[in-house]
This record gives sequence, C-alpha cells and structure tokens, in this order.
Amino acid sequence: MAAHAEKTAAAVAPERNAAPWTPELTWGAILLIPYITVFFLFVVWPVGYGVWLGRDPDSYRRLLADPVYLRTVWNTAAFLGIGVNLKLFLALILSAYFMSQRPWIRWLSILFILPWAVPSIPTILSFRWMLNSEWGMLNGMLWDFFRIEGPYWLVDPKLALSSAIAVHIWKYLPFWTLILMAGRSAIPTDYYEAARIDGASRMQMFAYVTWPQIRNLYVTSTLLSTIWTLGDFNSIYLLTGGGPNELTHVLATLGVRYAFRLQELDMGVATVMTALPILVPLVFILIRRLGGRVE
Amino acid sequence: MAARSEARVRGTTPRRGLWDLVAHPVRRVLEEGFMAVLGVVILIWTILPIYHMAIVSITPLTDAFAGKFWPERPTLENYQTVLFQEHYFLREFWRQLGNSLFVALATMAIVLFVASLASFAISRLKARYGHVVSNTALLTYLIPMAFVAIPFYRVMSDYGLLNTLWALTFAMATFATPYAIWVFRQYSDTIPFELDEAARVDGATPLQLYWLVYLPLMRPAMIAIGTYALLLAWNEYLYAFLLLHNEERATIPVAMGFFLNTDDAPWSLLMATAIIYSLPPAALYYSVRRYMVSGLTAGATKA
Repeated sequence: MAAHAEKTAAAVAPERNAAPWTPELTWGAILLIPYITVFFLFVVWPVGYGVWLGRDPDSYRRLLADPVYLRTVWNTAAFLGIGVNLKLFLALILSAYFMSQRPWIRWLSILFILPWAVPSIPTILSFRWMLNSEWGMLNGMLWDFFRIEGPYWLVDPKLALSSAIAVHIWKYLPFWTLILMAGRSAIPTDYYEAARIDGASRMQMFAYVTWPQIRNLYVTSTLLSTIWTLGDFNSIYLLTGGGPNELTHVLATLGVRYAFRLQELDMGVATVMTALPILVPLVFILIRRLGGRVE
Repeated sequence: MAARSEARVRGTTPRRGLWDLVAHPVRRVLEEGFMAVLGVVILIWTILPIYHMAIVSITPLTDAFAGKFWPERPTLENYQTVLFQEHYFLREFWRQLGNSLFVALATMAIVLFVASLASFAISRLKARYGHVVSNTALLTYLIPMAFVAIPFYRVMSDYGLLNTLWALTFAMATFATPYAIWVFRQYSDTIPFELDEAARVDGATPLQLYWLVYLPLMRPAMIAIGTYALLLAWNEYLYAFLLLHNEERATIPVAMGFFLNTDDAPWSLLMATAIIYSLPPAALYYSVRRYMVSGLTAGATKA
C-alpha cells in the first residue's frame, strides 16, 4: 500500500510527461466517461447538426432580404447595449448601497433578491398583465392616483422593447449586485485606511481604490452578461411575443419563430448563426478570463 | 466591510468641496434621507410585479379587468379552483406539478452525479487531458441555451425522446453540468491535498477517496449546485415548451403558456397558479441562500 502511495505521489509530481500510467489515472479516465457521454450526445451532436442545418448560403440571403430580420438585429443591439450596461451600472451603484451596515438596508437586501429567487415565467406574465394598457394595474393606478392616461406599454413597439429591457433588468439586477458586492467585500480594508490618512474624498476613494480593484470583475461581468442577455428568450417571448407586428423580436425569439411557427428550420438556425460574429469573440475572451488559472 | 471603513473615513476626512461646507448634522439628515428615498424606490421596483401577482390571484375572475391597486372583493376561490382542477386550463394541474418536480429532481441527481465524478477525476486524480475536458465544459457553459434549441429539438426527435420528461431532463442536465464542474473545481482547490494523501496512505482506493473524503468535504458546493440545477429545471420554459407537447406531459411553465392561447385568459387563475408554483423554489432559495451566494461568487471575485 505504501508503494502505491509513492507511485501516486510520483504521478502528481511536476514532470507530468515522464510520469508513468497509474491505476489512479485509469480511474480518472473512467470517472470522466459520464460527462464525456453527455457532452457528445447532447452538445457535440446538436451543435454539429445545427451547423450542418445552417450551411445553406441561400438562407442568409433570404434572411437579409427579410425586414423582420433587419429590425431584429437593431432590437438585439438595443437590448444588449442598453440592457447589459444599464443593468451593470445600476448593480455597481446598488452594490455600494447594500454594503451599508444599517439594519434596515440589510432587511431590504433580503427582499431585493426576490426577483432572482422567484421563477421568471410567473413574474414576466405578471408584468404582461400589469402593463396591459386598458386593464392593467399600472395604468389603472396612474389614472386612480394621478388622473394620467397611461401609455400603450406593449402596443407601441419602442415602449414594448423598453418594457422587455426593464423586465430583463428587474430579473437579473439582484444577481449582478450580489456579484459586485462580493467583489467589493474582497477589497482589503487597509486600502481605505491608507486613503483616509491621505485625506481622500469619497469620489477619490471610488476612483483610486474601489474601481481599480473591481474593474476586472466588472468587465468580466459585462461580457458574461452580454452572452446571457443574447440568450434571453423569455423576457421578450412571454412579454410581447415578438409583437406588435413582429417588431420586437430579438435573435433568440426570431430563430424560434422561423423554426417552429413558420416551420423553416434552416432559416431559424441561420438567424442564430448570425450572432456568431459577436458570440465567438466573447466566448474566446471569457474562456481566457474564467479558465485562465486552470493549468 | 468596505462601506464601514468608508463611513469611518468620512468622520475624519479634512473638509473640502461644496458638500463639506454643509454643517455636519444637516449632512447626516440629508444623507439618511437620500438612503431612505433610494430604499423606497428599490422596494417599490422590486415588489410591484410580485405584489401585482398576489393581488390578481385574490381578485374574483369577473373583476380581473378592473386594474385596481387593491381588489374590491378579495377572495381565495381562485386557489380553490386551481387546487381542485376546476377549470379547463387546470385539468392536469397536479400532474403538471408532478412533472415539474420530476424533471427538477432528476436533473439535480444527474448533474450532481456527473459533475462531481468529473470534477473529482480532473482536480483530485489529475486525469490526463482533464484541463481539456474542463475548458470544453466552460465553452458549453458559454453557449446560450436558446441558440441550440432548434437542433436540440431535432436531435431529441432522432433519439426518440420527444414528448417525454427525459428529453427535458437531459436538456437541463446538459446545460447545468458544465457550470457545476466549474464551481466544483473552484471549490475543490480549497480542500487540502494532504487529506487525500492521508487516506491513500491508509489504503483508500480512488472510489473510497471519492465517497469518503471528496463528497463529504464538497457538501456546501453540492448544496449550492444541487439547488442551482433544481431551480434551473423547475423554471425552464423554452425547452419545456418545445420538447413537451400535450397537457399530460407539460410542466407548469408550459401550462401557464397555454393560458395565453385565448384572448380572454383567466388571469386570476393564472396568477394563483403562478403563486403556488413560485413558492417552493423561492422558499428553497432563501433557505440555502448563504450557500448560493458563496457558491455563485466562488470564482467571480478572482476572475
């Protein structure tokens, strides 16, 4: 047994290439089999199939000729540009707010994560009915309290897209606030002590202590959030359904519309494929940022 | 912690700038006032959609179009209608709730099994090409689920799994496992290797090492990831509605989508269903909240 342990120690030793094959390495290979099986059956095969479905250049030509698609590209850009940056900027501010030790703010922070803890479908549907311009509670309250005729939230295309962005932010703001709070907590308190001795103002403390320490995290969060927001199907589909007149689609919902409502599978796949020019560089950068420390 | 030190700093900072010309007590009042106003705004923003859900769920069906801040005749009859399946859209409510539960639990089990074995092999047994597996997992994690839905649907149909709960379970497990492996690897790095060595000296086989040393020490990460997988599957809409077609097979989110097929959806019943469906995951999330926060942010702060 002791000999076995020695052999194992040798296997873990720095010169990995020279290390002999051990029973532990056999076990290592065996225990990876379940994941590798899942990976080939449900990742490699569908993705490969998708690429094969999207091989026809003709679908892309038809896509570019479709005004719905062009509108969708603009919508996606707005959804990403505003949705991601506004959400993270608010998270940056709120993470400072919730770092406060006041007891009532700590209580508020427990309520604040509700949108993240509650399933998204029910809340999006709740938004949908609340924003109904004729019968919804929001316009009802605007009338009852202020005698204001509320706007057509989900009927006007611009307002509908803005509402979808708001719903998206509502859902994901707590998560990113928690992440940035974790980043802020990791800053050593000595840094603030030193800044205090130097007589720094609060803005200076943010600019010279907090921001340099969490800038990396903020950038990583922005990139990650861009990918996730690109894949946010629910906030659009369940709120506006892409309407009115297919004017509020994003790439994720338009792909599903082509493939399953119009039964044009290759158009659906082609729609999704046109996101690759943004997606691939993002994935590449993120793998380096998130996986960089791994061997 | 940072805020506390910022607060301490405030008291002794040499006063400069306009803000510092304001007398100290006045400044305190202004500051508290600002914090309170911001708090109220955050509270309303956070609560309004959930409050609306609760309010509509206790509004009689016939009053649902009133758009009131508080219902004129609050009632619990909608909950009764849901629980006793007394409406066309709710014929299969309990079965659908069961389906949701099945998919959530099965997903959790598969994810914990597959990901804990893989992370153990990679970070503890130093399996050959482990880093390749781990980076491909990270790559999978970064593919938006909605983008693979179309080919996934076709592949499930080739596998003969369409319209079965397993199709949804496998889909969810596939997308949850990469993140699970990543978190498990981060967490595993905090467990000293000396423990493994000591067990090996005592003659532990790799499987004993996994079962008796690795799993018990990974408990906090297992709880966080188990909850993550469970909630991911419980909450899924897109894949559920693509892969499950009829009412008996649907999960609750799909069933809620069915409500929208009519022009005058019974919103009170929909919202009552929504509340019943949202309570278990919210309760679960809050009860394991401290694991979730540390688990989710495990790698984030280092990145």
